[in-house]
Amino acid sequence: MTDEVLEGTPQRTALKGLLARGIEGVRKGILGIAAIGFAMRDEGSGFILAAGGFAVAIFVVTLVFSYLAWTRLTYTIGDSDIRVESGILARAARAVPFERIQDVSLEQGFIPRLFGLVEVKFETGAGGKDDLKLAYLTEDDGEALRDLLRARRESAPVAANANANAETGEPEAAAEEAALLFTMGPRRVLTFGLFEFSLAAVAALAGAVQQFDFLLAFDFWDLDAWQKTLAGPGDWLAGLGFAARIIGIGLVVGTLLLVGLATGFVRTALREWGFRLERTARGLRRRRGLLTRTDVVMPVHRVQALRLGTGFLRRLFGWHSLKIVSLASDSGAANHEAAPFATMAEIAPIVATTGFALPDDDLEWHGVSRKYRIDRVLLSAAALVPVAIALPFVGEARLIPLPLAGLALIALHEYLRLRWDRHALGSQQLFTRHGWLAPSLAIGSRVKLQSVEIAQGPIALRRGYASLLLGLAGGRLRVRGMALAEARNWREAILTTIASQDFSQLSEPAKANTITPAAHSSPDYA
Amino acid sequence: MEETEPLTPLHPNHVKAMRLTAIIAAVPFTIAALAAEITRLLPWGVFLVPVALVAAIIIIRIPLRRYHARGYRLAEERLQVVRGMLFRRDTVVPFGRVQHIDVDQGPIERFYGLATLTLHTAGSHNASVSLPGLAHEDALAMRDEIRAAIRRDTQ
Repeated sequence: MTDEVLEGTPQRTALKGLLARGIEGVRKGILGIAAIGFAMRDEGSGFILAAGGFAVAIFVVTLVFSYLAWTRLTYTIGDSDIRVESGILARAARAVPFERIQDVSLEQGFIPRLFGLVEVKFETGAGGKDDLKLAYLTEDDGEALRDLLRARRESAPVAANANANAETGEPEAAAEEAALLFTMGPRRVLTFGLFEFSLAAVAALAGAVQQFDFLLAFDFWDLDAWQKTLAGPGDWLAGLGFAARIIGIGLVVGTLLLVGLATGFVRTALREWGFRLERTARGLRRRRGLLTRTDVVMPVHRVQALRLGTGFLRRLFGWHSLKIVSLASDSGAANHEAAPFATMAEIAPIVATTGFALPDDDLEWHGVSRKYRIDRVLLSAAALVPVAIALPFVGEARLIPLPLAGLALIALHEYLRLRWDRHALGSQQLFTRHGWLAPSLAIGSRVKLQSVEIAQGPIALRRGYASLLLGLAGGRLRVRGMALAEARNWREAILTTIASQDFSQLSEPAKANTITPAAHSSPDYA
Repeated sequence: MEETEPLTPLHPNHVKAMRLTAIIAAVPFTIAALAAEITRLLPWGVFLVPVALVAAIIIIRIPLRRYHARGYRLAEERLQVVRGMLFRRDTVVPFGRVQHIDVDQGPIERFYGLATLTLHTAGSHNASVSLPGLAHEDALAMRDEIRAAIRRDTQ
């Protein structure tokens, strides 16, 4: 109604929004209404009355509750933030600083649209459900509010600077040539497919045989019947001798392997065909796909962390993958594959482009607490040893080696993890490497972390180790089983780095770029 | 620096609020136990005594222990929240990473004049860090202090 947004005084949302909510309520309850109508269909014309009455009841109840909520909902545009207070019984007050509002979007559902109403959404870095929403405002009020907030945001000095840069920088930068960073030709895609052997397809095939065995003339899984068939009248197969049986088994295994291999090939080719990763003005641009071609742009300043991975087989041939952890609010998955199958020499330039650096030789790597690994083995023992002891009592003494072998495997695994897992804190980045069969390395930027938590369970509290859980936008970054003193040192160091830059500086491209040269200067990525 | 200064304890009313919550939670179990007693299936007290014991621990002892396990520290442009008796979590959120701030009051909290302060960050882990059991006016003051700090940072 009014074009101007009153500042400093609490405002209410549009009153006719109640009508929209009431109708929405009926729309959402339509299934229930239909169900009541259906249940009463034998009562003659009564069913229309019942369904109609139910619809009216929903409408009235929604209206009453919406009205109560409406009387208690106010929003205030302050000097530096927008505040929303709400709640009938439980009161909630939320304050969002202007600097944190990335954008204001107006959304219109079908019914609100009929009433000329909009829902105003304030997008912050938090992304998704935690974002602030105001429903419903009149279209004019919504637009006025959006304009006001955009103007406010730009008037904040830092943001204004960065915005100007982004605006002037964009047109000329768009003309700039895209530099090719990484590409996969048909040969590479097929090699990749070889390593993407699909165990799942093999399992699915075996499962299908089991599921649809009624289609087969015999019971596939009935070993006794097999033996009878082989030993009984049809012992022509057995008559062929031992070699033929080996060949038969070989054929089955071969078929399964072929299916797994073919599935891997096809799936990989469909997904990765014509893979191209380029550095453009807007960020890293990735195109791939045979039938459905996807085109994704990952803005460099939104890169939060990197993950290097490999497989236990492909590692022997020097193949690695690079994933980018990006701000959660990016469209689609927050985990982007920048190079799914590449050599380290190919990955290094991509890492440098994102403003990160691979670990260099000066880093001091640390292992996890020995106590942590020992405790994990002891915990497993506490579960498995009683099982081994109990087995003779239930008459299954011959199964005793099973839990013990499991325990031995767990102990070996924990020992190898103790040997292989390492973490290091660099001047700008932090690294954690874990796994021994197929080790993966996570590279995080110290300044781009959101929070630091030290968590200790009841055992950890007594044994003096802790998990360090880092708040990362769009992913997780954690070090388990650190010595408590080390965890505290890391936290202090990381918090000092975080304090050097505000979030709004991180989320602006122009500011983020200033970190890049420093990171570039460490070319040591062996 | 962290360990030199003790944590700030929460408002004493927080214990009362937790006890009231526990009492409300214990009501259905007590009623069920009483009903079971009335049926006289088993000797007197088989249902009621254990329920009453557990309820007494949950109502009297646990809130006090939880209260002592919790605390916060607001210094150097960061909020440190410590909580958990068995599983201890010690979280630090720098003001420079706060996205928005909530001050919430449930009905019980309102009755005791308490509030919960929640800081939201962009991280997937610890996307929101809550600090319950603050006096309502303290929570509002803390919110304003953090708000002011965010403003300073960007200028």
